Amino acid sequence: MDKNMKILIVDDFSTMRRIIKNLLRDLGFSNTDEADDGNTALPKLQSGNFDFLVTDWNMPGMQGIDLLKAVRADPKLASLPVLLVTAEAKKEQIVEAAQAGVNGYVVKPFTAATLKEKIDKIFERIEAG
Amino acid sequence: MNENNICSDEGLNYAKKLVECIEQGNLEEAEKVMEDLSALRESHLFQELGKLTRDLHDTMVGFQLDSKIADMAETDIPDATERLNHVITLTEQAAEKTLSSVETSMALFDDLREKSEKLHENWDRFRKRDMDVDEFRSMSSELDEFFQWLDQKTPEFSSSLSDIMLAQGFQDLTGQIIGRVITLVQDVEEGLVGLIRMTGKKMNVPGAAEKDKKKDWPDIEAVGPAVPGVDKGDIVNSQDDVDDLLSSLGF
Repeated sequence: MDKNMKILIVDDFSTMRRIIKNLLRDLGFSNTDEADDGNTALPKLQSGNFDFLVTDWNMPGMQGIDLLKAVRADPKLASLPVLLVTAEAKKEQIVEAAQAGVNGYVVKPFTAATLKEKIDKIFERIEAG
Repeated sequence: MNENNICSDEGLNYAKKLVECIEQGNLEEAEKVMEDLSALRESHLFQELGKLTRDLHDTMVGFQLDSKIADMAETDIPDATERLNHVITLTEQAAEKTLSSVETSMALFDDLREKSEKLHENWDRFRKRDMDVDEFRSMSSELDEFFQWLDQKTPEFSSSLSDIMLAQGFQDLTGQIIGRVITLVQDVEEGLVGLIRMTGKKMNVPGAAEKDKKKDWPDIEAVGPAVPGVDKGDIVNSQDDVDDLLSSLGF
């Protein structure tokens, strides 16, 4: 896993963006950028050479699930790994996210260990091809 | 124009007749005309009142049929109470966790300061060549112990800080819950404004159709954090549940 990879953190709560940013830095990933919803995230992704997207679901403007669908529908971004970090805990939501092509799903509140485990798993799977 | 209105041909005729009677000094006839005129006005008033009563009745019936207000009273308000109680729980948990971690960190920090002060003192004596060989040996082993202690305690220290940071996630979770309660308060306010307006001439409840649409959320829309006692049914309770569900889907 490339510790220098560029990661976009999307959440409408700036406190949560800071928490995720700090956790990622603890894990050795310090090349991060932030957006507060799908509408601001998508242009960044389209022009920014990001390697990994960590997004919330429930946001004003464009929601995380719609951002995920937009990413998968964009030929340039389609293979971007996406981790949902969200308080949304309905089973049908998790199924919907899986069907939309999410790479990992973390429910809030979460621990640093859970975040690390999911990121490791995502990139293990990608490296294994 | 309403034919029973005072401002009508009929009313005008009464008025002319009244002027005539007064000019002729015919008191008896004048009083009779005034009575007729008054009856004309009253019948108009009763008609308006009747219309108003009918409108009010229709609106009341319509309003009762509109399940929005009933839903709010029966479900949404108790739900909001539960949600706000959950906010208290979440903020309390976050505060407790933060305080515990700060206490652990402070205790560790006090140990650290005490140990380094002692080492610093000995180190100064060593630099001033004010230390014999035995004391130097003892300082050496103290230094070894200190480094061991540091290696052992550093993870504890950083995990306390990490816990404090993660505990701040309550702001996101409670913010989402409070946001939903604010929406409900706005809905109730609109309902009450509608109720007040019903007593006025225009008896429509503004925004009712719009609100209904909003309430009819498609299931897959975001609903915010699950609140115990409010969100029942197909809710996952932990990250393990999420992982199990995803692995059942071939993840």
